[in-house]
Amino acid sequence: MSRLRPLIIFAGLIALWQLVVWASGAAPYILPGPDRVALALVARAGELARHGAVTAAEILLGLACGTLLGCASALLLAAARPARLWLLPVLVVSQAIPVFALAPILVLWLGYGLASKVAMATLIIYFPVTAAFFDGLRRTEPGWLDLARTMGGSRLAVLRQIRVPAALPALASGLRVAAAVAPIGAVVGEWVGSSAGLGYLMLHANARLQVDVMFAALFVLALLAVALYFAIDRGLRRLTPWQADEAERF
Amino acid sequence: MPGGSPSVSHEAAHGSQDAPAVVLRDAGLSYGGAVLFERLELTLAPGRTTCLLGPSGIGKTSLLRLIAGLAEEVSGTASDQRGRPLAGRIAYMAQQDLLLPWLGLLDNVLLGPRLRGEARDPVLIARARALVAEVGLTAEAGRRPAQLSGGMRQRAALARTLLEDRPVVLMDEPFASLDAITRFALQGLAARLLQGRTVLLVTHDPLEALRLGHAVLVMRGRPARLEAPLEPSGAPPRDPAEPALLHMQGELLRRLTAARNDEPAPRQVGP
Repeated sequence: MSRLRPLIIFAGLIALWQLVVWASGAAPYILPGPDRVALALVARAGELARHGAVTAAEILLGLACGTLLGCASALLLAAARPARLWLLPVLVVSQAIPVFALAPILVLWLGYGLASKVAMATLIIYFPVTAAFFDGLRRTEPGWLDLARTMGGSRLAVLRQIRVPAALPALASGLRVAAAVAPIGAVVGEWVGSSAGLGYLMLHANARLQVDVMFAALFVLALLAVALYFAIDRGLRRLTPWQADEAERF
Repeated sequence: MPGGSPSVSHEAAHGSQDAPAVVLRDAGLSYGGAVLFERLELTLAPGRTTCLLGPSGIGKTSLLRLIAGLAEEVSGTASDQRGRPLAGRIAYMAQQDLLLPWLGLLDNVLLGPRLRGEARDPVLIARARALVAEVGLTAEAGRRPAQLSGGMRQRAALARTLLEDRPVVLMDEPFASLDAITRFALQGLAARLLQGRTVLLVTHDPLEALRLGHAVLVMRGRPARLEAPLEPSGAPPRDPAEPALLHMQGELLRRLTAARNDEPAPRQVGP
């Protein structure tokens, strides 16, 4: 049953969509039914796959860059007091700037290609990753640190052996958020200016009133995002197996 | 529980060779404007176990942390009888087992060497295995803490403390969270394995203090002071059914009750 559940939910949502189409009598160029979108999916499969691959590459590269930068920043903040004093306020204030508003500037600077979208996705996940990991690094159980001090561990050894592993569950929550928002960054980047990607395809189809293609692109994007989320969730579970122990206890 | 084995007496002999006295001078702690204790002096006899009791929040843990070099908030100095610092000669065991949830039991026991970059040393690994066997956990050596019972976790913490092989051992209510039977068994094990070291044991349990301590101290009043120690006869771990011990327990309970009635209990500053 538990394996079938996602399928049943999926089928239910499709049925609901069809019901809304019937009940509202909406024209196909406003709200196409699932049948039309399915046809578009099949008819434009090659095109969707090509643009989907571009968007997937942007998302994955953005995730990789954002995660690396975020982890490095969190480690720097946790290890060096001056970094905390000078960098943390800047980081917090920088969050007042809506990242989306930067998209046109990024496209201006980095061009219509991959780079501006990767930068967009990187920017949008940088803060959640940094904040989550830094928070985890800061909240190490004080008893562990006391114990490590009596054992004569160097600051670096304590960081590597205790603080970083202890912060991994917190980092994992940050990465789950990142996996969910990285596609937003990539698509917004594509909307602002691009020559490929699912966001580009949607704009392109919109201009020609190919609403079924827009929906098909949206469907592929949702599929990508869900697959990414579950892949990352699974990887993180492997990385923090002791979290499952904790779950068992409660 | 495991029986005796040659490796234990080895352990004990090593620890006793240079077990120093611990001399605490001019210890003072104020908290929120109230003086918890000031100009407090305490000497722990070398190679002996000293037990410290008293009402909650009176500052027992702070004294122990001062000796451990962990208490920035407490003033005072801790040294050996020649005035040399104790850093590097202390092992510390808290009420929580403080096992790292991501490491297996053996790796947890090896935490000290891991932090000092010595965890690949085969001699240390062999000693860690011997200690794990000593506390009866060989079958669990690869398990993570969440898969162990409370008693097993505390035994693992004891093995980790002993692997440090330091002449001074500070224990802060190490068995408080265990059920009576497990606690009884662990007290016997600890007494055997800690023989010859200078031990400070903070506890709330009068019987535990009398079973394990060469000297039993009660901390009372505000500012707190230390009463003249009770010194049970015989070598620990003592039989709790011994009449002399039971008599002393009555005396100790009277002192502790009096200590609690001294004045309204000070605000909690930790467990």
